[in-house]
Amino acid sequence: MASKVTTTQSIDLARARKNTRKERWQSFWSVMTQNKAAMVGAVIIGAYLLMMLIAPILAPFDPYDISLEDKLTPPSMEHWMGTDDKGRDILSRILYGSRLSIGVGFASVLFGAFFGITLGLIAGYYGKWVDTIISRVLDIMLAFPGILLALAIISALGPGLINVTIAVGVFSIPLFARIVRGSTMEVKKLEYIDAIRTIGANDFIIIFRHILPNVMSPIIVQGSMRLATAILSAAGLSFLGLGAQPPSPEWGAMLSSGRDFLFSAPYMAIFPGLMISILVLGFNLFGDGLRDALDPKLKK
Amino acid sequence: MFLFIAKRLVQIIPVILGVTLVVFLIMQMVPGDPAAILAGEGASQDTIEQYREDLGLNRPIAEQYLTYVGNVFQGDFGNSLKNKQPVLDEILLRLPITMELAFYSILITVVLGLAAGIISAVKPYSIRDVSVMVVALLGISLPSFWLGLLLMYLFSVKLQWLPVAGWDGPANIILPAVTLGVGGAAIVARMTRSSMLDVIGQDYIRTARAKGLKEHFVIYKHALRNALIPVITVVGLQFGSLLGGTVLVESVFAINGLGRMIVDAIRTRDLPMVQGGVLVASLVFVFVNLLVDVLYRAVNKRIDLN
Repeated sequence: MASKVTTTQSIDLARARKNTRKERWQSFWSVMTQNKAAMVGAVIIGAYLLMMLIAPILAPFDPYDISLEDKLTPPSMEHWMGTDDKGRDILSRILYGSRLSIGVGFASVLFGAFFGITLGLIAGYYGKWVDTIISRVLDIMLAFPGILLALAIISALGPGLINVTIAVGVFSIPLFARIVRGSTMEVKKLEYIDAIRTIGANDFIIIFRHILPNVMSPIIVQGSMRLATAILSAAGLSFLGLGAQPPSPEWGAMLSSGRDFLFSAPYMAIFPGLMISILVLGFNLFGDGLRDALDPKLKK
Repeated sequence: MFLFIAKRLVQIIPVILGVTLVVFLIMQMVPGDPAAILAGEGASQDTIEQYREDLGLNRPIAEQYLTYVGNVFQGDFGNSLKNKQPVLDEILLRLPITMELAFYSILITVVLGLAAGIISAVKPYSIRDVSVMVVALLGISLPSFWLGLLLMYLFSVKLQWLPVAGWDGPANIILPAVTLGVGGAAIVARMTRSSMLDVIGQDYIRTARAKGLKEHFVIYKHALRNALIPVITVVGLQFGSLLGGTVLVESVFAINGLGRMIVDAIRTRDLPMVQGGVLVASLVFVFVNLLVDVLYRAVNKRIDLN
């Protein structure tokens, strides 16, 4: 009998949880769909992701195919965005380059989020000296202006796209950690955490199963905003010649080579920059919408 | 106020030590033998050993760090691997250029950002507000290095109004300062707008209007003063990304500032130069943050930051 009651109760609980999750999702979806700017952002991001996936189908030419007789051709029906100094089709390079530029952005944010969230959860949950040590380390990381910490890391690891991913990722760690730390400190004081602890859950279960899902909203908002910054930073580092190396069609690197032909072939620099700007705009629009939907306290 | 500044100065000591530690440790991550790197390519084994001995690289890492910090505080950042000259000399030559660029850029950030934010907030949701905010969103999204190239193409190549590159006179400052300042201005504009809207909705603003005060008096005397408080923090933070941004903008406009020095040093593997450049830029940022805190307190007397 007792086990029957428990089973019924747990079924009810699971159903209630599912309904709450469904309601929450519906409310989030309705807020997001009503926000036109966020939807524009979502469409832009969706289009870029699609472009990333089907680049080989869309690209009219091989992005690495050098054809010196076609070099520096202005935009035409054959080459919609023109050709570069080596006669390579700029459109095809941009399509393939989306995999690198967007990929580096996502990878670095995931890197920063993983370490940042873990540090933030530990600092916020344990408090006391653990928090003091982690917070001071974060303060120090934040004392480096802009991308200088990333530059210092690259100077040690050497140029290259993977090292740029790590450097930009490290640069994101304190931002995630700070947000998660603050939210964790709030959530851990709630009664249900005490209840879970009373029934014998260990710290690992409490932190990762019960606190983490409840601090996800600010993480998602921050993640979306960070993607924009990460893509910009990674492209900037490639522009400086410290990231993707030639003949890679990474957008920052393309822009960098286009700079030398600003007088004769400005389109070489214009198109890669335009692609970065539209994507970053998309993430900013979507991030603003996410913030309004998930974290009304931060609404500006 | 004096006590507050003294306390904040004491508080930044661990941060400064931490920054030196991070810079020191990052350089320890460099693959290979640091003595061989510092001795330069093609150095003989004896020279490498001499370097190891002279620089104390055979001593425990903690001792090496303490020596490094001691040297830094005495102004000894080591010598450049490229020209063998003291790193500090090169930094002192480049820093004023970067600071001048940063000063004009932050001026653009503050003036343009505040003006745009106020214009938007005075008539929220009007066409004027929406247009300003759309432009601000574009300003946040444009990569500074691309904007710099576009401005250079338009004003230097096409219209030929301004010089393409260099740092010789006032005309050279305009494009780099605008390039660097616009992104921050967009962020300040968004912050000013939201902060102004929060303040304008408060009861005391309604009271000020009910008293019959002129609208511009209400906006500038009552609303703006309080709305500025969170804006100051944003401007302080913007200074950090602006200082980092000089790296890109100086490269675009071929300005021989600290940022370009760091990038060139990374390319030539001139590690002491990278170390010195990053350290000095970070120290400048730490002190600017202190200045922002002092300003914050001066404007907002209600908060006791002690």
